[in-house]
Amino acid sequence: MSTDIEKLHDDHDHGPSSGIMRWITTTNHKDIGTMYLWFSLIMFFIGGLMALVIRAELFQPGLQLVVPGFFNQMTTMHALVMIFGAVMPAFVGLANWQLPIMIGAPDMALPRLNNWSFWILPFAFTMMLSTLFMESGGPAAGWTLYPPLSLQGGDSFPFTILAIHMLGVSSILGAINVIATILNMRAPGMTLMKMPIFVWTWLITAFLLIASMPVLAGAVTMLLTDKFFGTMFFTASGGGDPVMFQHIFWFFGHPEVYILILPAFGIVSTIIPAFSRKRLFGYDSMVYATASIALLSFIVWAHHMFTVGMPLAGEIFFMFTTMLIAIPTGVKVFNWVATMWRGSMTFETPMLFAIAFIVLFTIGGFSGLMLAMVPADFQYHDTYFVVAHFHYVLVPGAVFAIMAAVYYWLPKWTGKMYNEGLGKLHFWLTTIFVNLTFFPMHFVGLAGMPRRIPDYAVQFADFNAIASVGAFGFGLSQLLFVYILFNTLKKDVTAEDKVWEGAEGLEWTLSSPPPYHSFEKAPTVD
Amino acid sequence: MRISNILLMVIFPTAALAEWETNMPRGVTPTSEVAYDLHMLIFYITVVIGIVVFGAMLYSILYHRKSLGHKPAKFHESTKVEIIWTVIPFIILVGMAVPATKALIMMEDTRDSEITLKVTGYQWMWQYEYLEDNVTFFSKISDESNAARRLGSGVDVTTVDNYLRDVDHAIVLPTNTKVRILLTANDVIHAWWVPELGGKKDAIPGYVNEIWVDIKEPGTYRGQCAELCGKDHGFMPIVVHAVSKPEYYKWVGIQKTNRVAKNK
Repeated sequence: MSTDIEKLHDDHDHGPSSGIMRWITTTNHKDIGTMYLWFSLIMFFIGGLMALVIRAELFQPGLQLVVPGFFNQMTTMHALVMIFGAVMPAFVGLANWQLPIMIGAPDMALPRLNNWSFWILPFAFTMMLSTLFMESGGPAAGWTLYPPLSLQGGDSFPFTILAIHMLGVSSILGAINVIATILNMRAPGMTLMKMPIFVWTWLITAFLLIASMPVLAGAVTMLLTDKFFGTMFFTASGGGDPVMFQHIFWFFGHPEVYILILPAFGIVSTIIPAFSRKRLFGYDSMVYATASIALLSFIVWAHHMFTVGMPLAGEIFFMFTTMLIAIPTGVKVFNWVATMWRGSMTFETPMLFAIAFIVLFTIGGFSGLMLAMVPADFQYHDTYFVVAHFHYVLVPGAVFAIMAAVYYWLPKWTGKMYNEGLGKLHFWLTTIFVNLTFFPMHFVGLAGMPRRIPDYAVQFADFNAIASVGAFGFGLSQLLFVYILFNTLKKDVTAEDKVWEGAEGLEWTLSSPPPYHSFEKAPTVD
Repeated sequence: MRISNILLMVIFPTAALAEWETNMPRGVTPTSEVAYDLHMLIFYITVVIGIVVFGAMLYSILYHRKSLGHKPAKFHESTKVEIIWTVIPFIILVGMAVPATKALIMMEDTRDSEITLKVTGYQWMWQYEYLEDNVTFFSKISDESNAARRLGSGVDVTTVDNYLRDVDHAIVLPTNTKVRILLTANDVIHAWWVPELGGKKDAIPGYVNEIWVDIKEPGTYRGQCAELCGKDHGFMPIVVHAVSKPEYYKWVGIQKTNRVAKNK
């Protein structure tokens, strides 16, 4: 009967269609993962160029290159591009590539939705970036879009908000897909507590996305109606409340912060055991710690706004809950160190990035703990100390984890080995320059330099000059990364199936590169 | 030290003016002092934790290498150590929370002030109103800084006195007096911040926020707006002259005479 025909159809292993249509119409998780990762890399350079405009202007006191209005557009866009264009799509790309081959599934659960969630992104960013070429310029009120300032925005305002809506739709669809895949398509025998830790962190991240992105959508829609329909949600003169926006925004914004870091935790928890040749220490406690961080992320939002004049009880509540986050985060760091302890370590590029992640992310965690102290935060708030803090957790945090993941899985994806010497060079240049860029920011922040200013008093000049030199070094070092990628792709030496001696997991049972359709028959996990 | 300074001067011309300020100022008010003390306390705690954690990691990196023939151990879990490294951080956090809460309660207590200064943020200047003494004026960036900061002004900003930190009308406040500062704004959100007088608070349209200062040492203290408020956010300095009480009242008298003279 018809089953025979279906069988025949199934046996016909159709590879990718050719040309551009392959990429536009693909529903293959590997193709979509690849597109996400390339998109993220392009956005990383666009956002990076904006950062270099900022650092070039701040190289010396006095305005040399840009007017203050354009400077504000650069800080705003840099953040939006890096958060929504570089880091989030990179993690979704990694999820697309890795989740199915880590849990033994043939593809993502909702392949067409998957195609759509990717293809929204280029359009959203084209629209958002095009506002820079409008007469009134791009958004300039900071990525946090605080009213009333953001309501003063020009023509770019509705375009930015529509772009944010599209990014939200893309993220939510992606998150639904991740949850559906993980909960329904695991290989027989792979119970939840046997899942690779990267899969766990992505599952939790996906719930955070679903819970928080609609809140952002609500907040920006209220801004839109305030601007064009006279609703005055956030306009004090009409009975609205500018601080309410901040509460709503950060109710999204704090979970968002963990959306940007939980998958990184998963990556590091995968790489550290592989190169220590030892099982991850405290798998269960890692899962519980990740879940605790995710839950806590919903009750700490107001620590981003300690200076708005909350009542004392509110300040104390948010101070205590914020401090509590240090506990599960500490557990994670201790577990990583315990995993390395008495292992048999080697230091290939992914391991180097993972170790740097632990050290530098922990430094970012320390400054985070300091920021949690409300009395001291009254001094730190809105200074370069905060800029240093969140760049430490996002650049040597999230971005280093992404780099580590790419080096770790690239030989699997492409079937080709990257040049280890160049990889290590890339690591050392990146690590030196990232610290040269962001460490001095602690100092100028403590000494009293506010963030988001295009020009500064001369006592901040020296550390700013150093940070600018570091930023240009960091940016140029990333060109080496691109060279390494292309250099790997054009090689004809094939990588082994199990690329790394200590690597564990289903993805290493596949060939390198894996077949276009992998795990059509589910493997069994014992 | 000297060689490094010379090197830096070659690389960065402005290094000649180096102050290399790397820490929060201790400041001259009870609130700035508690903020500083708490900051240093947490800083030292994190340094100790850092030494322990990174030290263990470094030891492991140096000795537990495959290249040294180190064989991997088999252990991968221990409920006992998980409990230990959950409980110890918790105790440390409680140790931080107690002084932080005490300091916060002290900082938020604006009662029993002698003078009230109302500050209103505008794009891009401050308005100051001394509510008891009935003195009101606007304060904006000094003309010299304002001319020098323009794109392509051709002015070497290092030659401008207190570049971006100077105003046309400075605030005068008495020392050893509890002054309550009320903060609000007329257009967008601003934040009023002079680091040496303690923390900042936002000036928000529709809200009146409060902080207090009790300046212990006469002097001139400088700060600026700390919340993004549009294109000239970086050009809203604050200057406070702290003087003895008699001098303060003399200044108040002059302000009033000036105003009477102006009104006539």
